[in-house]
This record gives sequence, C-alpha cells and structure tokens, in this order.
Amino acid sequence: MTPDKTKIARQFIEALPHARALGLRLVAIGEGMAEIAMPWDPKLVGDPVTGVIAGGAVSALMDTCGGAAVLSHPVAPGGTATLDLRIDYMRPATPGQGILARAEVYHMTRSVAFVRATATDDDPARPVATATGAFTVEGIR
Amino acid sequence: MRRPKPEPVQVVKERRDRALAALVRGVPYIQFLGVSFDRRGDELTAVLPFDEKLIGNPLLPALHGGATAAFLEVTALIELAWSLLWEQMESGALDPAQLTPETMPRLPKTIDFTVDYLRSGLPRDAYARARVNRSGRRYASVHVEAWQDNRGRPIAQATGHFLMPARE
Repeated sequence: MTPDKTKIARQFIEALPHARALGLRLVAIGEGMAEIAMPWDPKLVGDPVTGVIAGGAVSALMDTCGGAAVLSHPVAPGGTATLDLRIDYMRPATPGQGILARAEVYHMTRSVAFVRATATDDDPARPVATATGAFTVEGIR
Repeated sequence: MRRPKPEPVQVVKERRDRALAALVRGVPYIQFLGVSFDRRGDELTAVLPFDEKLIGNPLLPALHGGATAAFLEVTALIELAWSLLWEQMESGALDPAQLTPETMPRLPKTIDFTVDYLRSGLPRDAYARARVNRSGRRYASVHVEAWQDNRGRPIAQATGHFLMPARE
C-alpha cells in the first residue's frame, strides 16, 4: 500500500473507539495483510495472580487486525464484519510485554474473506495465540 | 431426627454475593470493560453497560466485534470459575469471609474460544449467560450467548474450552 493509503488506514483504525481504548497501533498494512500492536497495560490483565493479559483483549486485537487485513485487500471491500472467529491460546503472554498481531486474507470470494492471524509477544518464535476467521465482504457486487 | 435450622436468608445471600464480588473484582480486564454480574441463586447474568469506548464502527454505530468477543469470554470464564467456587463455598470447604482477590482459587485458562457473530451489536446494554456443558477434572467446555433488547434474538454466541486450575 502507498504511504498515503497506509496513513489513511492508520488514522481510520486508530480512531475506532474500542481500538483507542485498547491502545492499538497500526504497524503495517497492505494487500490483504495487517499488523497491529497492543501495548502492555495493567488494565488489560485477566489473571490477577499471574499478571497475564485477558484472552478477551487478545480476541479484540485479533478481530481488529483481521478486519483491517480484509479492508486492505486489493478488491477493496467497502466494509466488513466478522462472521466467526476462532482463537487458540498457545501459551500465556509474558506479563509486561506488548502483543503484536499479524493477519492475512488467505482466500477471498465476492462475499467472504478467510483470514488467518498470529499473535506474538517479544519472542516471535513462540506465538501466544493463533486465529482463523471468516469476514463478510461488502460493497463489491 | 430433626433437621438443623436453616440459615437466615440474609446470611446466605451475603455470603454468596461476597464470594462473587471477590471473584469479579480481582480481574482488571472485567473492570476495564465495565462488566457486572447479576446473581439469582447460582445463575449468573453478565451485564455490559453501553459505553462509547465499546464502539467499533462509529458510522453505524455498532459494538466492536472484539468487545462482544471479550464480553462472551469473560462471561464464560466467570461462569466456570463461579461453578467451582460455588461447590467449595456451599460444602463449607471455603469461607467467603476470608476470600480476597489474592486468596481466591486460581482461574481456569482459556484453551480456545470460537465466536459466532449473529447480528450487529447496537449501541446499548448487552447481556450474556453461559452454560457449563462439561466440567471435568482437567478440561471444561462452556457455551455462552449474548443478547440486547430481545432474549430471542442473540447478537453472538460462543463455545470455549478451558484448562481447569490444579486442585490442591
């Protein structure tokens, strides 16, 4: 994606109220791929004993990243909504570290986008979570 | 043989409410979302009061799919933790008066979570109820459903698998 388009996409995503509340930052976007970072924040902790980030916060990050990947696809959907999203939690995220999600559209039809996503903390070799989802594709027909 | 006199209703209610409050209060993310739990006996209904920060698309406006997923997951997790806590509390193995977020039994861990989005979430309060379909020694399967104005028109449902906390 051109720097201009990336800038517009960043402004759009970072302006979504829930994305703002989570502190999400768009790292990269283009051609059906998106990378979004969620900085560490104690208010997102799900297990008070271990300090591990709540699964729900990771789900929200994955969902946003999946949606952004769909919108960046070359067919240029006018809009998208999540149909389903499955998340596998491979290991607890390390307390104190931010989480980076990377989503890609691996198959696109006129009505559905199939998305895969991975979330990592500071150790990119061992993902924290993976996700697969189906998203609606609007405004093409 | 005479049955022991039942405890006064107020004592029972206070004990259960205190245990639930300690469970919910300990999780920062639940406070961040603003979720609270209504209790009727052992049945819980999670309430997500509408807030601007839950909006995904400001143009529609609609609840963020991520916020809906998070609400479902929190509800499933608390329902499962509550069912474990309930057993220990009612059997007398655990005294809710001594319960603080620090001394609370460990929470189950999410293994996987699958959300099925049915309708777009409107900018208003949402409710959810979870059902523990199977609760084993190591694993549990929990189903959860969220709705807004109309119980018969759910906005989303989900199934999750959880790893049970190790028992001492």
